[in-house]
Amino acid sequence: MSAGETFAFWVLAILAVGGAIGMLLSRKAVHSALWIALTMVSLAVVYLINAAPFLSMVQIIVYTGAVMMLFLFVLMLIGVDAADSLVETIKGQRLAAVLVGIGFGLLLLAGVGGLTVNEIKGLDAATSQAGGNLEAVAQLIFGRYVLAFEVTSALLITAAVGAIVYTHRERLVGKPTQAMISRARFTSVTAPRSPMPAPGVFANHNAVDTPALLPDGSPALDSVPAPFQVEEARTFTTADGRVITAVYPEGDDK
Amino acid sequence: MNPMNYIYLSAALFSIGAFGVLFRRNAIVVFMCVELMLNAANLAFVAFARINGTLDGQVVAFFVMVVAAAEVVIGLAIIMSIFATRRSASIDEANLLRS
Repeated sequence: MSAGETFAFWVLAILAVGGAIGMLLSRKAVHSALWIALTMVSLAVVYLINAAPFLSMVQIIVYTGAVMMLFLFVLMLIGVDAADSLVETIKGQRLAAVLVGIGFGLLLLAGVGGLTVNEIKGLDAATSQAGGNLEAVAQLIFGRYVLAFEVTSALLITAAVGAIVYTHRERLVGKPTQAMISRARFTSVTAPRSPMPAPGVFANHNAVDTPALLPDGSPALDSVPAPFQVEEARTFTTADGRVITAVYPEGDDK
Repeated sequence: MNPMNYIYLSAALFSIGAFGVLFRRNAIVVFMCVELMLNAANLAFVAFARINGTLDGQVVAFFVMVVAAAEVVIGLAIIMSIFATRRSASIDEANLLRS
């Protein structure tokens, strides 16, 4: 094995293991997805070094292209902000997981550590007759493994149909029409019938977090956008002597 | 360099994946760890194919990738439908198969 391959191996091994550990330790699932994409791209280059250019391309197209994007798509659907809970539901499960993980790793390393490889046979002999890696792999897939390849198509069809069946939802009640929404609003006791006042109306400041003033001068707290809404507005006196009613949180002195 | 280093890398990645399956609580991250384990197995297949001088390992790795793609589709569909009924992607919540 050449010195170049040794160097490339260590760089890629560090990247791959670093990506895996990053995936493990990221609190947010999106960060985990990006870390494991790094691992998968590193492995694609490792395949390239190991005389598997076809698999390398499949790895990039299928794994980082399709699988990881599917993961990200589902993450966007169910909410990117969903961070992992730190609550341990089974007592001692974290510690047990650490011990089992280390033990399993040692067992695996001890198992393969007993092997010795005298020489790398290399794939030149296997691929040269067909004319290249891609041709040789194609001959195997469509020759010796053609039955497995055909079964694969059935598997993929089943998976696609299964995904559609799983995620399909029948709508039990019809979608509310505009007339129904309007009727519900006017028959409701609490919902306002008129549009809400815009923030800043009649106030002496027109920022979005400044509530509109009602005819009696009290602030209409409903008029500020929901993220800014608080129980009680605060009154400020600015440096130039103006009095401002706003919904700044405590301690946020603008 | 010893060609077994590829196998050691594969073993390390597989262990990290197995540990992640036990450790993490988010169903999607657990699923990513399963993918990492499949990738580690693929790496071992590819390395052994080169060491043994036969292409069968590469073909098997290709089939593993196809099966992994199908598995991801079904797994994510299950996670989606669990999320639709329970509003949670935590594997602790899904202790019953019925909604």
